[in-house]
Amino acid sequence: MSTSKISINQLKLWYGESEALHGINLEIAEKKITSFIGPSGCGKSTLLRCLNRMNDHISSCRIEGTVLIDNNDIYDPSVDVVQLRSHVGMVFQKPNPFPKSIYENIAYAPRIHGIASKGPDMDNLVEAVLRKASLWNEVKDKLHQPGTALSGGQQQRLCIARTIAVKPEIILMDEPCSALDPIASAKIEELMDELKQEYTIIIVTHSMQQAARVSDNTAFFYMGDLIEFGDTSDIFTKPQQQQTEDYITGRFG
Amino acid sequence: MNKMVSNKATRRRYLGERIFKGATIFALTIAAAFLVFFFYNMITQGVSALSQAEILVDIHYNETSAKSYKKAVDKPYRKIVSRGWMRTLPLYMEDHPELMGTNAQEWVTATADVDQYLKGKPNRLKEKHKKKIDALEKEGKVKLAFNTNFFTRGDSKMPELAGIKSAVVGSILVLLVTLAVALPIGVMTAVYLEEFAPDNRLTQLIEININNLAAIPSILFGLLGLAVFINFFGVPRSSALVGGLTLALMTLPVVIITTRAALRAVPSSIREAAYGLGASRWQAVFHHVLPLAMPGILTGTIIGLAQAMGETAPLLVIGMMAYIPDTPTSITEVATVLPAQIFTWAGESIRAYEERTAAAILVLVTILLSMNAFAIWLRKRFETRW
Repeated sequence: MSTSKISINQLKLWYGESEALHGINLEIAEKKITSFIGPSGCGKSTLLRCLNRMNDHISSCRIEGTVLIDNNDIYDPSVDVVQLRSHVGMVFQKPNPFPKSIYENIAYAPRIHGIASKGPDMDNLVEAVLRKASLWNEVKDKLHQPGTALSGGQQQRLCIARTIAVKPEIILMDEPCSALDPIASAKIEELMDELKQEYTIIIVTHSMQQAARVSDNTAFFYMGDLIEFGDTSDIFTKPQQQQTEDYITGRFG
Repeated sequence: MNKMVSNKATRRRYLGERIFKGATIFALTIAAAFLVFFFYNMITQGVSALSQAEILVDIHYNETSAKSYKKAVDKPYRKIVSRGWMRTLPLYMEDHPELMGTNAQEWVTATADVDQYLKGKPNRLKEKHKKKIDALEKEGKVKLAFNTNFFTRGDSKMPELAGIKSAVVGSILVLLVTLAVALPIGVMTAVYLEEFAPDNRLTQLIEININNLAAIPSILFGLLGLAVFINFFGVPRSSALVGGLTLALMTLPVVIITTRAALRAVPSSIREAAYGLGASRWQAVFHHVLPLAMPGILTGTIIGLAQAMGETAPLLVIGMMAYIPDTPTSITEVATVLPAQIFTWAGESIRAYEERTAAAILVLVTILLSMNAFAIWLRKRFETRW
């Protein structure tokens, strides 16, 4: 295993009275793809949302334990959540481009973070990230058309492009392919494979095949507990836990 | 026996459906009939107010008529030509001294009784004047012309000179004040409650009260306006400012409720997208959520304003329901509004006001319908589909 980028220690999370995560310990490797798998309600999305503090917006949500990114506790009071999220980007389950032009979708975040201003700077940035997201050739002639007019797969790649425009180090993906057809999914997976050269990627997925295809490491969650974590090939070929084996062979979940 | 042929049970079910459908159609017919009746009644009564009798008379501009305006026209005309018009002559001569000593022939406004007589409506015209009018009609010296006074003048005690201009201008000024107060306060309140406020007892209490505010009888808002704006803050009575502020109190809950609904209709995925990119709460709301909610907010605001425009009861208390012939030029001058004008005319005993009341109602309804149509257009035009 390579160096650890994110280190989760004894992370517990409550929604109101109910405990959704029961003390998770997990080390996530830098510039690798880590997939979180498990049946619905197992806490994998909740854990993912702890990593860029998206749970802050749920008022009943309370957490305990630490999440270290590059050895900095992201729940430390001195941490600015806006800064945090410019380091930890997120791609959502349903493609959610802003109802603005393709160009504006990309340019919005760099502008508010002061990464690039108007003019050629921004034009170059937009082109670069669209190329990185393998979308440039498809959209270069219609940059000023609404992003919502693209196909589902293109929209999702636009969302990925939008995320990397902020120059994050980590990209969280919450079931990014669940609303897409297999061909569009394949393109996203291809893209992820390229992106992992530069970014640490964590993906929550319901598709075991997808986890097996794209990820280097896999974590299996069940009922708010991390059951097993290891090399993807190990998890899928010789799982140590009975529950993991049951899940990946389709006996439950 | 064929199992697929309808049996007693299904036939009974179909009968029930037919009865229910019939009842809904009946209800619709009644509602439509009321509407048709209302418009038919108002249009047939109001259309005649668009024309006004005019008489071709000889006008003598000289020393005598400058002193006693009645002498400007020949005696038989003095009772059939509008006194209100004659009164303006001395001043007119003062402004145009070159007219002195000349005579002119002009079409001038006739009295309301002549007007009603020509339109075949009840009037108090004396027999000899009726004969005079009949004679003039044969000579082509009396006619029904377009009633410009109705649109260019304010209220008057002489129906032939009474118009809606001061009321329309008053309504516009009042609505501008209402809009300027209710829109920003309402939208900001809604944004706070919907996007920033913690969900606790206090905010719940505020919410319930805002919803209740929308159901408060409007006259109470008038009393509140009287107590707070006029008595406490000393805002001029009967002014468009106090009227607008009072109606803003009434419109606020409508704006708040519709804005919140519009904000809630923006999918949370848009907020998440913004947060995910590191936008602060403020940025997420003002860059993404609010622009998307804008069509809904404006639609709600326009409908709230239309409601305020038709409101009469609260204005009664703050002195806007009065005889105000002059057109206001600022929001601190005394003013009246269109529904108040309608109310005033409806109470007049002179019959010529009847058609003017109906015509003013038509104007009011036309404005309200256009505002609602504009709101619908706005919604259709800028609606975002997800």
